[in-house]
Amino acid sequence: MATLTPAPAVLPDTAPGHGPGGRGRPRTVRVWRGVVLVIAALYFLVPMVTAFVFTVNVPNVGFTLDAYTQIFTVEGFVGSLSLSLGLAAATIVLVLLLLLPAMLAVRLAAPRLKPVLEVLCTLPMVVPPISFTAGISALLPWAQDVLAPTPFYQTIITIQDQRFPLILVLAYVVLALPFAYRSLDSALTAIDVRTLVEAARNCGASWPRVMLSVIVPNIRTGIAGAAFLTLALVLGEYTVARLLGYVPFPVWIVMISGSQAQVSVAVSVFSLLLTWALLLAVSSAGVRKGSES
Amino acid sequence: MTGPTTGGHPTGRGLLARARSGGWLAALPLLVFYAVVFGGPAVMIVIGAFTVDGRPSLDNMERSLQGGYLTALLGSVRLSAVVAIAGAVLGTFLAQAVVTSRSRWLRESVLTASGVLANFGGVPLAFLWIATLGNAGVVTTTFGLDRFGWSLYNFWGLALVYLYFSVPLMVLVMTPALDGLRPQWREAALNCGATPWQFWRHVGIPVLAPSLLGGVVLLFGGAFAAYATAAAMVGATVPLVTLMIGDALSGQVLVGHQNVALALSLDMILVAGLVMAVYLPLQRRSARWLR
Repeated sequence: MATLTPAPAVLPDTAPGHGPGGRGRPRTVRVWRGVVLVIAALYFLVPMVTAFVFTVNVPNVGFTLDAYTQIFTVEGFVGSLSLSLGLAAATIVLVLLLLLPAMLAVRLAAPRLKPVLEVLCTLPMVVPPISFTAGISALLPWAQDVLAPTPFYQTIITIQDQRFPLILVLAYVVLALPFAYRSLDSALTAIDVRTLVEAARNCGASWPRVMLSVIVPNIRTGIAGAAFLTLALVLGEYTVARLLGYVPFPVWIVMISGSQAQVSVAVSVFSLLLTWALLLAVSSAGVRKGSES
Repeated sequence: MTGPTTGGHPTGRGLLARARSGGWLAALPLLVFYAVVFGGPAVMIVIGAFTVDGRPSLDNMERSLQGGYLTALLGSVRLSAVVAIAGAVLGTFLAQAVVTSRSRWLRESVLTASGVLANFGGVPLAFLWIATLGNAGVVTTTFGLDRFGWSLYNFWGLALVYLYFSVPLMVLVMTPALDGLRPQWREAALNCGATPWQFWRHVGIPVLAPSLLGGVVLLFGGAFAAYATAAAMVGATVPLVTLMIGDALSGQVLVGHQNVALALSLDMILVAGLVMAVYLPLQRRSARWLR
């Protein structure tokens, strides 16, 4: 799994610190640096450019933007994309609903649970998604057998519904936990949760009101970060969905790649741009927070 | 900071005491969810890996470490090791080139691009490279690479593609570490008569070592767990443990081998866990240098 690491905030004042290295160094250093940068630029930019060329330059036809206009008409596009977006929305809501109260509770009421929560939220990074999927696909039939005589049988069937597989939402919440936890943790560390909660409670606010009017507005950048990272994760997730037999967006791309090579590459270019936009949104949310404080 | 609390201190205490008695209940939904959705599959993996026909047995684990399964597991470890080491070296050089550059524009654009590319994986990554260097790829056809026996769909092709997200991840890991390498240390070393090589040997590398090793571990884990890219690119032509598990889960498995997928999953978790166990203490150690 490519780990979701938000772009670090750029430290503006470090460059001058390395000033002595810039001018006074022997020429070999500058040549060496130039060579490294040119090779890196070639390696990273050539596939982006050629992938775009591949989509617009069809053999025997020449330049055409058909691949991009066709995206919307290929069968299954709307269905798979809307499924992915729906799964992402549900995952974001569930991960926040589960994590926020738990993280507040370990800060306010049970500090001894905090390391436990931290370990629990890091563990999904150790288990490769494909192993997790193997576990799920072994668990589901077993649970179906065990729950067959009970009223919960309908539940286990419902979460595997092809139209909106809740089982994927549950799995994605687990996969998103490490990233969401880190994003929310840094936001909660930056504010004085205890004082804010005490003040609000003393003024007579109810717990739901404390959450919605006091805590959430103060950590909105952390929430936005968690939401964007989860969105990026769900929109690109292939392993779990493919192996459990569902067809959200990434699985659909592979399905059409056999017959529509140009379109599948066009969608890939599009999804690179989307990742770019999402992560820029995360890092700019962080920057705005920095300039506020 | 304590302003609001001092006025209503007794009430605040009371409130918190009340919160303390039952406040942890707010963590309960997460814990229950976690136990079922993460704990359930984890337990199933362990039970399944040690069960044959409903009886406890070590056969699955043995089988998962034999023949084609062992080849796949070793293939994954080898690919991940190649990607981790090559990615670490290249990423460190790139980070050093950026850190020593005085151009802020260069620094910011490389770091932003690294943030994006480190997260760019899965299926789109495979297609980006298939369009470039695949059999009908633009570079392949333009330069007639197929005449030289070029193929992207093998071990080294996968390594090349995996570096596309591994090198940027290494840049993100190493840039703060290289920033922490103070110019004064270099000046002090050079003033004492050290050669640049001696500076790196005795100061630079030891200070960077925890971040370097941590980066290697992260890269290894990323390449080891990757499935989508390999599945979309090579199908089953390169033996990888993720592809084996994928095949087994899609029903392409010999009779009596169903639980081998679970045994292979357990093997993967053990390898990833071992590697992570190296990483966590290192990360704590390197945190000292990165302020």
